[in-house]
Amino acid sequence: MTIVHGPRMLKSGASKLASAPLSAKFGISIIIIYMLAALLAPHLAPYGEAEIVAKPFEPWSAQFWLGTDSLGRDMFTRLVFGARNTLGIALMTTTLAFSIGASAGLAAATFGGWTDQILSRLIDVLMSIPQLIFALLLLSIFGTSIPTLIIVIAVLNSTPVFRLTRAVAIDAAVSDYVEAARLRGEGPIWIMTREILPNITATLVAEFGLRFCFVFLLISGLSFLGLGIQPPTADWGSMVRDSATLITYGDITPLLPAGAIALLSVAINLVVDWFLHWASGLKED
Amino acid sequence: MNNQIVRKQQLSRKVVYLNVQGEAPVGDTRSEDEWVGKPDTLLNIRNLRIEAAVHPPGESPMNAILVHDVSLTLKRGRVLGLIGESGAGKSTIGLASMGYGRGGVKITGGEVILKGRDILKVGADGMRKLRGREVCYVAQSAAAAFNPAHRLMDQVVEAALLHGMATRTEAEKRAIALFKKLGLPDPENIGKRFPHQVSGGQLQRVMTAMALCSEPDLIVFDEPTTALDVTTQIDVLAAIRDAIRDTGVAALYITHDLAVVAQVADEIMVLRNGKLVERGMTQQIINQPHEQYTRALVSVHHIDHVQKDCGTEPVLSVKGVTAGYGDGAIKVLRDVSLDLYPGQTLAVVGESGSGKSTLARVITGLLPPLAGSIQFDGRDLSRRLAERSREDLRQLQMIYQTADVAMNPRQTVATIIGRPLEFYFGIRGAERNHRVAELLDKIEMGKSFAERYPAELSGGQKQRVCIARALAAKPKLMICDEVTSALDPLVANGILKLLLQLQKEEGVSFLFITHDLATVKSIADSISVMYRGQVVRYGPKGQVLAPPFDPYTDLLLSSVPEMEVGWLDKAIRSRRMESAGN
Repeated sequence: MTIVHGPRMLKSGASKLASAPLSAKFGISIIIIYMLAALLAPHLAPYGEAEIVAKPFEPWSAQFWLGTDSLGRDMFTRLVFGARNTLGIALMTTTLAFSIGASAGLAAATFGGWTDQILSRLIDVLMSIPQLIFALLLLSIFGTSIPTLIIVIAVLNSTPVFRLTRAVAIDAAVSDYVEAARLRGEGPIWIMTREILPNITATLVAEFGLRFCFVFLLISGLSFLGLGIQPPTADWGSMVRDSATLITYGDITPLLPAGAIALLSVAINLVVDWFLHWASGLKED
Repeated sequence: MNNQIVRKQQLSRKVVYLNVQGEAPVGDTRSEDEWVGKPDTLLNIRNLRIEAAVHPPGESPMNAILVHDVSLTLKRGRVLGLIGESGAGKSTIGLASMGYGRGGVKITGGEVILKGRDILKVGADGMRKLRGREVCYVAQSAAAAFNPAHRLMDQVVEAALLHGMATRTEAEKRAIALFKKLGLPDPENIGKRFPHQVSGGQLQRVMTAMALCSEPDLIVFDEPTTALDVTTQIDVLAAIRDAIRDTGVAALYITHDLAVVAQVADEIMVLRNGKLVERGMTQQIINQPHEQYTRALVSVHHIDHVQKDCGTEPVLSVKGVTAGYGDGAIKVLRDVSLDLYPGQTLAVVGESGSGKSTLARVITGLLPPLAGSIQFDGRDLSRRLAERSREDLRQLQMIYQTADVAMNPRQTVATIIGRPLEFYFGIRGAERNHRVAELLDKIEMGKSFAERYPAELSGGQKQRVCIARALAAKPKLMICDEVTSALDPLVANGILKLLLQLQKEEGVSFLFITHDLATVKSIADSISVMYRGQVVRYGPKGQVLAPPFDPYTDLLLSSVPEMEVGWLDKAIRSRRMESAGN
C-alpha cells in the first residue's frame, strides 16, 4: 500500500488512527507493549533467560515477582523472553507464509490455465491433511530446530493464504484496468505487483493479522506438545506445560503465559476488525 | 384519456379510500376539506428536503442535501416525467413518494401527501399497508429486481396476495390479462417461467405487470427502459404507455432521456442537483423550453460533423473474420470485413449480442479469430496478443465503456497517464510530469488533477483520463467501446466533442463501437451496422443513413426516440420488422 500511496495516505492513516474506536486503540496499545517487551527483553528482565536462580516452584515474592518454575528459573524473566521468542518466530513464520501463499496465489490468478490448476491442486493436497498432525509428522522427520519449525509452519499456513489471494486476485485480474495493462504489453510482474496487489492489500493485511494469531497458537501448541521451541529457550507454550502441575495446587502461575497468548490474540483481532471495517468502507450509522 | 375506465377504477377503490379516511392520519393537522375539495389530486409533495451523509475521500463525513425544497402535485391518471442527469435527485424523489429513502438517505423536511395523508408520518405499519398496494415501483434493472429462485407468476401476484386484495386465482387471472395487455408472448404460460428464461425487455414488462397487478393508484417508474436495446425500448415503452393509459393509474416516470419521457408523460419536471429547473406541459418543454439548461438538454444531440472523404490506404482492414468462444462452437462473428481510413471514424453499430464488442476483442488480440485476417497500417497483425510487437500494441489503443473499472483505483491520474509514456517511450521524472500536464491540458482538465485518485473524479473526468492514457501512447488507432454509454447526455456530448477535436489535432482514427445512433450521426465518417454477428450494411455515413434501407437498419433507425411528442405512435405504425430482442 505504501508503495503507491505515499505521504497523503500516511497522513490520512494517522488521522484514522486518532479516530479509531476504543477497542482498536486498546488492541494497538497491547501489541506495542508486547513488542517493547520483546525488543527490550534483556533490559527488562531481572535475570538471564535460562539462569537457575532459586529452588523450583518458589512462590511469588519481591525477589521473584511471579515465582520460579520447575527448574528454579525466574518466571517473570521467562515470560519476557518468551515474548521475544514466540512473537519473533511467529512474525517470521507468518511473513514467510504470506510470501509463499500470496505470490503463488497471484501467479495462479494472473496466468490462469495450467499454472492455476497445478498450484491449486497442490494446495488442495496439502490442505487435505490435518494441520497439526502434518506438522507433527514433518517436525519428527526434519527435527525440531527453529529454522525447520519456521519453514514447516510457514508452508502449512501458506495454503489458506494462497486460497484467499487467488480468490481476490482473480476478481481483480478480470477487471478492465488489468486488461488495459495487458493490452499495453505489461509483463506479469508489473500486472501482479502494480495492478492487482495494491487492490487486494486490505484483504491480505486483515488476513495477516488473523493468520499471525493462528501461527502463534500453533507454535505454542507445538511447544506444549514438546515439538516446538526447544528448551532452554523460553516460550509461552512450553512454559504452560512445564508448570502445569501447579494448577492442581491452586496456583495461577501457569495461566499467566496462557493469558499472555490469549491477550495477544484478542488484541490482534481487535485491530484486524477495525482495519477490515475501515478497508471495507462500511459506514457507521 | 379513457375516462370510463378511470371512473371504474376509482369506484372499485372506494373501499380502500374510505379505509384510509378511517385511519385518522397521525400528526396531520390539515382540515379534511383541504384535500376532499380537490379529490383528483393524488400525490402532493410539499417542500421536500432530503439529505444524506456522504464520505468524500480524504475529508470528514458531512451531510449533503440531495433534494432542496421540491414540490409537486400529481392528479389521478396523469403521468409526470422527472428528468435530469445523474445526481439530479430524480430517483430519490421517486422513492420518497413511497416514503422510502435508500441507505443513509434521510427525508429531513417537507410532506408527501398521498390521497390526503402525509405518508412520512404513517409509521412502519402504515407504510407496509401502503407500499405495493397504493404505490408500486418499477426498477431500472428488472434482471436484478426479480428473485431468480422464484417463478415470475409467484412474484407478480405476491403483493396482491399479501395485501389480501384477491385470491390466488383472481390475481393470476388479472396477471394473465396484464401480460396480454403488455404484449408478452404466450401470456397464459409465461408466468411459469423463471426470470432468466425471458429476455430483458420481456422481464421489464413483467415487472410493469407486477406493479399493475395490485391495482395501485400510483406507479413510480425508475428508468424502466434505460438498460434495454433501442429496438426493444420502443416496444416496452409503447407497452408501458398503453398500460398506463388503459388502467388509468397515475405515474411518476423517471428518466434521463428527454426524448423517451416526451412519449409518455403529460407533464415534465426538469431537475438539476436536487433543485427544480423547470416544470411544464410536455409540449412546452420540448418545443419552447424556458430555461437555458432545458434548452441544452433538448438540443443535446446536435454536433456538427462533416463527413470526411476516404483516404487511399486503410489504416485498419478486417477481412473475413470469424470468431467465437468455446473452441468455435459458438460463433459470435461471421465473415466480418471492414476498412478504416486514416484520420477517420468508423462507427460499428448494433444491439447487445450483435458481436460488436467481440470484434474489438479480436482486433486487440484478446480473442484470436478462427478465420480471416487483420491488417494494420499495411502489415498483418498477429492473431494473438502475446505475439504482437510493442510497437503494434502502442499504435492500437483501447478506451472502455466504464471508466470506473478501466483505471486502477489505487493509482493516481499521473501514474495512469504517465505509465504509457514510461513504458513505450522511456520518458521519466520531470519530463514525464511535464508531458502528463500537457495531456491533462489536452483533455481540458489541467495539471491540478494529476495527484487525484480515480474515485475523486466525476464520470466525465474519468473517461477523459482514459482518453488521455490512450493518447499518451500516440496511437494511430483508438478503439472506443461504448465510451459515452455510461455518461449523462451533456457530459457525453463533451466527450464526443473532445474526441473529434483530438482527431483533428492528432490525426488518429477511431473505431467507435456504440448502440446509440444519435452518437453515430454526430461523429462517424463511415458506418457498419452489425446484426447477430454479421455486417448487414457498411459504407460512408451518407450512404448508410440514406434510403433504401434493409429491414434491420430501418428498424434500428426508426427505433431511436426523437425529441418530438407523438413520435412513438408514428414509429410503431411504420415498423416493418419485430425487434431483435423479442
